Amino acid sequence: MFTMLKNVLLALAAVIAVGSHALAELDPAKWSAVAEEARGQTVYWNAWAGESRINDYIAWAGREVEARYGFKVVHVKIGDTAEAVARVVGEKAAGNTAAGAVDMIWINGENFSSMKRNGLLFGPWAEALPNFALTDPDNNRGVREDFTVPVEGFEAPWGKAQIVLYYDAARLNAPPKSMTALLAWAKANPGRFAYPLPPDFLGSTFLKQALMELSPDREALYRPAEDAIYGRATAPLWAFLDQLHPNLWRGGMAFPGNSSGLRRLVADNEIDIGFSFHPAEASAAIANGELPDTVRTYILDGGTIGNVSFLAIPFNGTHKAGALILANFLLSPEAQAHKEDPATWGSSTVLAMNKLSSEQKALFDRLDLGKAALRPEELGAILPEPHPSWMERLEKDWAGRYSGR
Amino acid sequence: MLRIAPTVAVALLTVPIAVGLLAVLLPSFGYLPVIGGTELTFDPWRRLFAQPALAKSIVVSLTSGLFTTAVALAAVCLFIAGSSRTRIYSWFRRLISPLLSVPHAAAAFGFAFLVAPSGLLARTFSPWATGWERPPDILIVHDPWGLTMMVGLVAKEIPFLMLMCFAALPQIEPARRVTLARSLGYAPAAAWFKTVFPGLYPLIRLPVYAVIAYASSTVDVALILGPTNPPTVSVAVIRWLNDPDLSMRFMASAGAVLQLIITVAAIAIWWGLEVVVRILGRRWLENGDRSSLRGISPIWGAGFMALSAAAIFLGLSGLAISSLAGFWRFPEILPAAFTLRAWERSGPAIAETIWTSLLLGGIAAAVSLAVVTGALENEVRRHRRAGHTAMLLLYLPLIVPQTAFLLGMVFSIELAGVRPGFWPVVFSHIVFVLPYVYLSLSEPYRRLDPRWIQVALSLGTSPARAFWRVRLPLLMMPFLAAFAIGLAVSVGLYLPTLLIGAGRVATVTTEAVALSSGGDRRIIGVWALVQAFVPAFGFTIALLVPRFLWRNRRGMREIR
Repeated sequence: MFTMLKNVLLALAAVIAVGSHALAELDPAKWSAVAEEARGQTVYWNAWAGESRINDYIAWAGREVEARYGFKVVHVKIGDTAEAVARVVGEKAAGNTAAGAVDMIWINGENFSSMKRNGLLFGPWAEALPNFALTDPDNNRGVREDFTVPVEGFEAPWGKAQIVLYYDAARLNAPPKSMTALLAWAKANPGRFAYPLPPDFLGSTFLKQALMELSPDREALYRPAEDAIYGRATAPLWAFLDQLHPNLWRGGMAFPGNSSGLRRLVADNEIDIGFSFHPAEASAAIANGELPDTVRTYILDGGTIGNVSFLAIPFNGTHKAGALILANFLLSPEAQAHKEDPATWGSSTVLAMNKLSSEQKALFDRLDLGKAALRPEELGAILPEPHPSWMERLEKDWAGRYSGR
Repeated sequence: MLRIAPTVAVALLTVPIAVGLLAVLLPSFGYLPVIGGTELTFDPWRRLFAQPALAKSIVVSLTSGLFTTAVALAAVCLFIAGSSRTRIYSWFRRLISPLLSVPHAAAAFGFAFLVAPSGLLARTFSPWATGWERPPDILIVHDPWGLTMMVGLVAKEIPFLMLMCFAALPQIEPARRVTLARSLGYAPAAAWFKTVFPGLYPLIRLPVYAVIAYASSTVDVALILGPTNPPTVSVAVIRWLNDPDLSMRFMASAGAVLQLIITVAAIAIWWGLEVVVRILGRRWLENGDRSSLRGISPIWGAGFMALSAAAIFLGLSGLAISSLAGFWRFPEILPAAFTLRAWERSGPAIAETIWTSLLLGGIAAAVSLAVVTGALENEVRRHRRAGHTAMLLLYLPLIVPQTAFLLGMVFSIELAGVRPGFWPVVFSHIVFVLPYVYLSLSEPYRRLDPRWIQVALSLGTSPARAFWRVRLPLLMMPFLAAFAIGLAVSVGLYLPTLLIGAGRVATVTTEAVALSSGGDRRIIGVWALVQAFVPAFGFTIALLVPRFLWRNRRGMREIR
């Protein structure tokens, strides 16, 4: 009770202190000063929390930075990144420009694009992180471009993702390797496929993957979705979905909530094919007793959508110094290798192996990705994400077409 | 000091709700200057009604309120009518507290795992009875019409209505009424419905309205069991609120007002039904037909009770098993291997959130208890009983949908520049905890023989000393019980904690619901069990402390 009261008083004092302290003084280039300022802070990190493995990893990172740099990390568990964006937007509208409740956001795509466009981000800072050079930015476009939008130092890369599909080899011999094949397979096996309910990001990505494969002009998807091209580009997608939905799990009347809900359907033998953003997810789930060990991972013939996800700091974050130190720690070879380990999470690193020292590289080499994971060289062609405006329009139209059917 | 206690209580109940409603009503007509809304317009409403499948959401929310309440009330009445003075009756009486203390979300998780096509029931009967080698492709949990949600709500609302009936029944002496009617030759069920029910219903009307309101506007249960595409109105409102497009807040406000209208409409329809029943029922009451309701067997009511208790307890057992499961293939009824992994992994987070939940609930319950005691003591000393208006105010937080005024509270808090966090959440919890503390403490408080205090005063003590030395020890058990109920209510609160705390205050309930969208049933099992047992902690203390304090005072242990 009294410690709580003390904490409140300290927090109040901190608010006042930050208010008088000019934030412009925080210079990411003066790293030791940043670390000094971070000590004693509490960083509220807003991150999607639909996967307990990821939550555990975030808790681990929090414990590590507390031990090394002396500040706390609180994982604010959100169901959709848009919630954190909404909070920052709301605070800006209410005139809260220096004491925001959100210190760091796990973000990419349309959320980043809208925050950057509306001046809601602190920065540029990402390229000043000591560990940023390890991503080999000059040869690795993905860390400087987010869904076609230039990053310009307003967010730091954190993880690489690419759509992979998985199935139980004990139940299914030859899984379909393209969207057209998937439709034919679904018609032959009604009720055995599902995708998460958009706007869950995996569900929306399924829509984009189908759009990429079916649209007559793929190049157009990398430009803003203007009315002139949108209708023609998406017509094949809607035709595809209209045929697919009656053959989905529960006849398309209900959808799993997110990637882990989808995985549970595979585990319970309710559906035969699942998909994920992490090539090692199936391995991780087998190791964790969530999926049978006969599950295997594969990709589509024409390649699958891949992206990088990032960490951003809102313009009014109260604990920017702590957020910077945390972002740099998360980009360290140690944290990245721990994240890639299927026993922890199984998310691919954004670091470039040729930039690492041999000891650092060894951290990655000794990982056992498991038999259900795809190795980087097996992942095939990565299709970059379309312009974020496509996702926004697809989600809206999808709701209009398929809500309440 | 004591004189202002009732005012404080009324203010705690009404001010947040009034401010919240006002702060949501104005934006619903386009007025919210901070985000550029300076003119009154119907635009938000137009946008709201242009939402795909809104009509379906409205129908589900409305029917959920009416259907859930009708079934739960019917079940409770059938049970009391059929089983009073039997052993089953006293047995269920003892089950009520544990059933009530299970938070809605935990009960919903258990129920979901029980009835899902790959759930415990299907596993029990597969493949030997059903022939299912894989789960059937039937839509049960998240069905578009919300039927599973309503059934789950019925199971959870039955204990609440039951408790309310038990509290009200002694005031109308049901045994004498039934005996009289039976001696005139009426069947047992008819005797109860003709003589007891008309006296009982007015006493439980407000709790019944609270059930209608809850069932028509719940968010956590709807997230776990309810339709998803479209969701119920309350869930949709929360989604819109969380949209980064700020102009959506106008529409979300309109949605919150719509939720209020739906709940009021549901209560109005119910009230209309009351009138119809009263008119038609009067002829039935007076028709003198000795054979009516002869076909109603006591089994029906007892069966309903058993089903509702089983739904909750079996569901929790299923969760307990899955929290310990290794890989668990369908249709195996038990997992192939057991492991403590899920518990080990969640351990540190559990410890932290339990602490937050207890602290939050403890403070909210303690403050509520202090205010309620002040109000009751004031009432007793002045010999003025709280009137009908006071009761209505008390039920306000239970009848006004949470979505409707919490949204406005969020806007007001943002405007005032208050940082979301622990203390604003405590404040919001008091709004919901206080009514329950009052309801549970007021009867024992008033019923305590006034002569105890009179004797103390006549011996020359001050009223304050009489309170501390006589009333408090005598009422130790009801005080602790009220505290435990307050704690349990606070632990179960989802929406206020989430919205007012901006997700930064993590309790066992917010954690459990946040994980519900995830798929790992073992982790869900762990959290739902933790959530179910934290309130039990308060009840255990309420039970043990008096036993310890009065270990040498046998008479004190028997005071109700």
